[in-house]
Amino acid sequence: MAELTYREAVAAGIAQEMRRDPSVVFLGEDVGGAGGVFKTTAGLLEEFGPDRVVDTPISEQAILGAAMGAAMTGLRPIAEIMFADFFAVCWDFVANEIAKSRYMTDGMVGCPLVIRSGNGAGLRFGAQHSQSIENWAMAVPGVKVVAPSTPKDLIGLMAASVRDPDPVLLFEHKALYPSKGEVPEGEIVDELGKARVLREGSDATVVALALMVPRALEAADRLAAEGIHLTVIDLRSLVPLDTATILRSVAQTSRLFTVEENPRLCGWGAEICSIVSEEAFWDLDGPIVRITTPHLPLASAPNLEDLALPDADRIAATIKAALG
Amino acid sequence: MPVSGAPYGAHQIVLPEPFDESLKDAPIDLETRIEMFRKQHQIRQLEKRLYTLFLEGLVRGTSHQSMGMEATSAAFGAALRPDDYSFNTYRGHGHTVARGVPPEPIIAELLGKATGLVGGKGGSMHLTSVEHGMMGSYAIIGAHLCIANGAAWSAKLRGTDQVAVAFFGDGATNIGAFHEAVNYAANYRLGTIFVCENNLYMEYTPIAEVTPVTHPAADRAPAYGLDAAIVDGNDADAVYLAARTAIERARTGGGPSIIEAKTYRHGGHSRADPGKYRPDPEVEAWLEHDPIPMYHQRLLDLGVGEDRLTAIIQEVAAEIDRAAEAAKSAPEPPAEALWTNVWANGGSQWRN
Repeated sequence: MAELTYREAVAAGIAQEMRRDPSVVFLGEDVGGAGGVFKTTAGLLEEFGPDRVVDTPISEQAILGAAMGAAMTGLRPIAEIMFADFFAVCWDFVANEIAKSRYMTDGMVGCPLVIRSGNGAGLRFGAQHSQSIENWAMAVPGVKVVAPSTPKDLIGLMAASVRDPDPVLLFEHKALYPSKGEVPEGEIVDELGKARVLREGSDATVVALALMVPRALEAADRLAAEGIHLTVIDLRSLVPLDTATILRSVAQTSRLFTVEENPRLCGWGAEICSIVSEEAFWDLDGPIVRITTPHLPLASAPNLEDLALPDADRIAATIKAALG
Repeated sequence: MPVSGAPYGAHQIVLPEPFDESLKDAPIDLETRIEMFRKQHQIRQLEKRLYTLFLEGLVRGTSHQSMGMEATSAAFGAALRPDDYSFNTYRGHGHTVARGVPPEPIIAELLGKATGLVGGKGGSMHLTSVEHGMMGSYAIIGAHLCIANGAAWSAKLRGTDQVAVAFFGDGATNIGAFHEAVNYAANYRLGTIFVCENNLYMEYTPIAEVTPVTHPAADRAPAYGLDAAIVDGNDADAVYLAARTAIERARTGGGPSIIEAKTYRHGGHSRADPGKYRPDPEVEAWLEHDPIPMYHQRLLDLGVGEDRLTAIIQEVAAEIDRAAEAAKSAPEPPAEALWTNVWANGGSQWRN
């Protein structure tokens, strides 16, 4: 068992897969010689060389196009889109090309590739470098979407994503890069579409993702001291969506809260609300409550950014008020 | 800012250059020429039949035809190796035929039948046949230029000498993906061949009215350190020679090429478009500059008998007849097909 940062886990996860499979290649802006603008990919160029680790121009369409063409013809590319906000300049490739190729060709052309990206706020980068776009991604049929919250999950879900025969968008959370966690020795391979119950309590179920996971856990700690006991679920994967774990927990706790960093409208929690209210309405003892970033662009001033994102205080206060 | 002074439909006309008769003596073997002759007829006759099927109300949705533009597809079809990759636009029936895809699954696809090339899920704009190296038809302008780079990169890393061809129209040269793709290919010396079929109209608007250079693809090539070839896209021999040079360069690690093939569509942009924005003298001149009768005469001049050419035309016609009848009588896709092949496991499940 070793302690790694979430940042170090990125390179560890990629390296694990590149060592295993020579068809795994990695491309993106500043990912090689510079080791990534967040230093997440340091050492990969040195180990795997410039044929397999490609420093690209600032050309997100060329990057995802190259990844797609390579995936169609036998490689297993991992492409970096530096900031998740930049998906907006290459959305054609994500939404129209990569996601739809298999269906449009009735199974003839698959795109086994991973697009990994730095998602989310916390670094005071303002409205164009801080967004949580996981809800854009899950709105497109044909792509899988994962967002790990710990170094171990990052390595394991990276491996699962690379080995998956379908395209996977892997959202790393920028504010989690310095966070640390225990990582077991040896190969780590996780499974897409599996949520994880991190703590169990009988009063309510809280479903969170990425940076919202440690915040939900902190809120749960505080409320436990007041006698309110929460189940906290790290969703980990939006597509496939592990509704079974959520429904099972709601059957036990009878209350549900989602904690979402994406802006409010059509955030991932809305889909979970919809599913739970259709399929487990009679399990509920009260309304489902979504705790989200408001439907706003993000501001760069630290106090304003902090006000926008759900934090442990807001999560705890909202849950406490709702449970009465 | 320069704006067009001409009213809609009254812009300056662009006439074709006369065919280069010296190409008769080009070093192209006769069987290759016969193959290009056959492919041009396969494309022309298929497109005509698809148009008839549209008029009969059997082809739904839209489609984009390439009558008048057959020579470029046919020449590349003859010049490429079976394991090379090609990427089409949504005006891709011809490029699909040129790689050897038979007409029946193409017609069936446009008729929305289960026997369609992609099971009725793609339609006219998404014809794909990996077994023929035809890696798809792409309906968002420019994207497949970037994707072709990936196939060329993959070939390089896998140590094969396959090349990747991306066909596109003049309109694509003004979208960012074109510039990203050409820069990328040139920088990494990928074996991508960018083939612009310049038919003078981006859709309904003349390309010259929205582009500050005369040759929308070729004139951009120097910005990326590339030379470009400008050829008569209605002369299969001219395209074939340019294709052979570019393919050889790509195969031997010499990097990408840009070829601009000047051509003209006989019809409008799509089904909904009668093409009335094109001045009559221009249309008439280009209808005269038809690739197919010219090539027929060239083969006669080279000593091929009229009987052999006629036999080819009749074979193609019979094949199209058979294909159309088979496609018409094929079943619709089963309802279950709606739910298949979103994922590699064959299904579409997104939750447990």
